[in-house]
Amino acid sequence: MRILITIQKNSVAPRFDLTTEVLIALCEGQKVLGKPRTVLMTRPSSEELCALIIKENINTVICNGIEESHLQYLAWKKMRVIDSVVGPYSEALKAVTGGFLRSGTVLPGAKQGDGK
Amino acid sequence: MRSTETAFFDKIKIIEILNGIPHGAVILDRDLCIVEMNSSLELLTGFAVSEAKRVRADFILRCNIGKSEKLFRKVLETGESLSVEGNIITQDHKNKPIHFTVSPFRNDDGNSVGLFVFLEDISISHSFDQRGFSSDGVKDILGHSSKMLEMFELLPVLAHTDASVLITGETGTGKDLIAEAIHKASKRSRYPFIKINCGALPEALLESELFGHVRGAFTGAVKDKPGLFRLAQDGTIFLTEIGDLPLSLQVKLLSVLDDREFFPVGGVKKEKVNVRIIAATHRALRELVKRGEFREDLFYRLNVLRLHLPALRERDGDIRLLLDYFLRKFNTSLNKSIKEYSGKATEILTSYHYPGNVRELRNIVEYAVHICRGKSVKKECLPDYLVSPLMDMEVNEEQDVKQIDTEGGVQSKPVADKAEHAVPIDGGWRDVEKGMIIDALKKTGGNRSKAALILGWGRTTLWRKLNRYSLN
Repeated sequence: MRILITIQKNSVAPRFDLTTEVLIALCEGQKVLGKPRTVLMTRPSSEELCALIIKENINTVICNGIEESHLQYLAWKKMRVIDSVVGPYSEALKAVTGGFLRSGTVLPGAKQGDGK
Repeated sequence: MRSTETAFFDKIKIIEILNGIPHGAVILDRDLCIVEMNSSLELLTGFAVSEAKRVRADFILRCNIGKSEKLFRKVLETGESLSVEGNIITQDHKNKPIHFTVSPFRNDDGNSVGLFVFLEDISISHSFDQRGFSSDGVKDILGHSSKMLEMFELLPVLAHTDASVLITGETGTGKDLIAEAIHKASKRSRYPFIKINCGALPEALLESELFGHVRGAFTGAVKDKPGLFRLAQDGTIFLTEIGDLPLSLQVKLLSVLDDREFFPVGGVKKEKVNVRIIAATHRALRELVKRGEFREDLFYRLNVLRLHLPALRERDGDIRLLLDYFLRKFNTSLNKSIKEYSGKATEILTSYHYPGNVRELRNIVEYAVHICRGKSVKKECLPDYLVSPLMDMEVNEEQDVKQIDTEGGVQSKPVADKAEHAVPIDGGWRDVEKGMIIDALKKTGGNRSKAALILGWGRTTLWRKLNRYSLN
């Protein structure tokens, strides 16, 4: 399974359309195979991001805020989109491979003071 | 007395003040994390306040105001309020234009210790600006027929009370617009107007949407969710297609109307609400009551104020007015320069019976403006079913017409009684066709050639049908 997470620093990026960096991970069962790679985009663009998702044969997209048109497009392309995810992308990756990541999840580590 | 007052004000919780604001409002600390946010913002973002607390605002608000953190920090540093326009991604994946106002909170030393961010939804004014429409809902409802004037007179009365309103009328008559206009003209206008289609969701989901649920109430209920009744606090909830509301939920709705409180799904604590209910339906509720499909007590509870919207065919002169209005509108939006309807097109358009009412008329004009290549909308630019109506005309036998009855009574009349084009609904197709022939002959003063032309037939076909129906 190929997973793409829109990221901003260490977190899932707040908006799909304003994302300039993504993380692509290859997973098998609950394991992440190899080291996930990051891709920097030249500029924030939903269209270019959708094209990248198709090109990379992604199965699951994890993001936070996403507009209806892009959500529909990705769904039409048979992509699984888990949106409104808030928190560190490492936790998002852990949760999705564990099979318990759902849309609208506020992950551990999202809140100030978590884990301290 | 003074100390009692002070004690009272000390007890007021910030959240109660925030929830009194009819727009999104959030308080941030110096680290730009959320300290408190109101229910309007919960509705906009889809995140409950318990989840959003201590999370950086950027990730919950999902706004585009440049680098919002930079802007927030600037307000913290300078201590000066700022206002900017931007947008946010809402819980239903819409890109909503928002006017942001960011103000600092200062401590006794005058240092900024946090921020207050106010988010005003400006999507309505944006869309009106773009379309060149008036921002007053009532002005968007057009009509100068006597029935519409009667209704316009009734609207302020309905707006100035707080009683439930039941809007009836055929599909496409503008029930949603009227409901919104009543809300906008009422004292609740600064609070939310929330619309839900009772026929669009399965029963279990509808209950959860209306009344909310608590975490663990059912599989997949991973967090508390405020229902639409709670989110519409102090505002208006518009229940469209109320006739499709399942019986079990009718009981719950009745108890909300009576007691102004309800239990969320799976909840043990009652929630109090102050919401005005406007309901609408195109179905004959009294008939549903007779058939046992709608609770009689709920019917009377909703039927405090009744407003019946006339079908377009009953609105003398309004068809022409609406045709011109939509022609101008689509001319602008589609960048066309069509000036008028041709004589033939006008004849067809004004004599059509519009079972889909204003919505259908609007769609017909939009179609025609798209198709039309000249300066005038001709017969050829109209949809085929208008040009050869007999092929497509349908009669909805269940359709009935109600009249405004201030005493709450309902009088049913067949469509035929009111329609310019008499369409008897009892005798099936033969009667419909016969009625249309008589109508066409009346219009043409008995001239069969012209009548055949109106009906879209050859003269021989008309002659044959006249014989068949003994009209010769």
